Amino acid sequence: MQIHLNGEPYHLDQPLTLTELIARLGLTGKRLAVELNLDIVPRSQHAETRLAEGDRVEIVHAIGGG
Amino acid sequence: MPSVAANPIPSLENLMTDMTQDALEIAGVRYRSRLLVGTGKYKDLDETGRAIEASGAEIVTVAIRRTNIGQNPDEPNLLDVVPPDRYTILPNTAGCYTAEEAVRTCRLARELLDGHKLVKLEVLADQKTLFPNVVETLKAAEVLIKDGFDVMVYTSDDPIIARELAAMGCVAVMPLAGLIGSGMGICNPWNLRIILEEATVPVLVDAGVGTASDATIAMELGCAGVLMNSAIAHADHPVLMAQAMHHAVVAGRAAYLAGRMPRKLYASASSPLDGTLR
Repeated sequence: MQIHLNGEPYHLDQPLTLTELIARLGLTGKRLAVELNLDIVPRSQHAETRLAEGDRVEIVHAIGGG
Repeated sequence: MPSVAANPIPSLENLMTDMTQDALEIAGVRYRSRLLVGTGKYKDLDETGRAIEASGAEIVTVAIRRTNIGQNPDEPNLLDVVPPDRYTILPNTAGCYTAEEAVRTCRLARELLDGHKLVKLEVLADQKTLFPNVVETLKAAEVLIKDGFDVMVYTSDDPIIARELAAMGCVAVMPLAGLIGSGMGICNPWNLRIILEEATVPVLVDAGVGTASDATIAMELGCAGVLMNSAIAHADHPVLMAQAMHHAVVAGRAAYLAGRMPRKLYASASSPLDGTLR
């Protein structure tokens, strides 16, 4: 199945949860925030949120800015 | 003639008290430093951390951006050098050109920072000037305030818009003194004066400062604080400039509280005339 991850098409072999996706990206334990189809998914719900075909996922973090 | 006692000279002790107890209050929180700094444009995170520490700033802005996917997962994290338990992190909406983008960014920032409500709203209009789009800024501010955010808002130096943003419930109004990253200094002190005279919330200069004297001028005008990034990060020696900015803001604040002497067209001798040799 295919999702859109940070604006790019991203292929998944199986429907992962957000926690699994974050692990696959090597981002476990990092301070980040996730938006799924324009809604925030609180960290506490990552494990139970399973991705579906066509989902739009944004994963953000803090960087330098003024 | 008015008596001297009508304008009593504060004792040195009182003056010291004025500065040691002077605080910037934003959304009910008191800060000792009136210098707010950004974290962009530094050579590396080590320099970022050292410059911010040297500035003495307590409120530090960050940008919210997409993470790199699959590229260098071990890259250092900004929040390791500006830890949220030590600094008040002020996420900005830099790079947003619509109210909708800005609101999304603030909501992501709130999740990122564990429910943190203080944000710096900026909705830009144009890449060349980075001037604020005040129409979109007003729209975004309304949504964010309803959603429970404490909004510090970057705006133009238009006193009417500043008044409107304060009336809506923004916790601080932050007019530009010059274009973002321009280092052109306090380009229109007269508009800032009008905004300050009407201010019902803290007014901070955001953008335009190029060197220490600019920050001092902003504070002497009566601004509650100054927010800057490029003036420090793009100095030849950012850590040294961060120290300079710390002193500049303190000096400007103290001068504002002290009250400057009136300007006179003609000279007034500082040494007494009595006893001059003739």
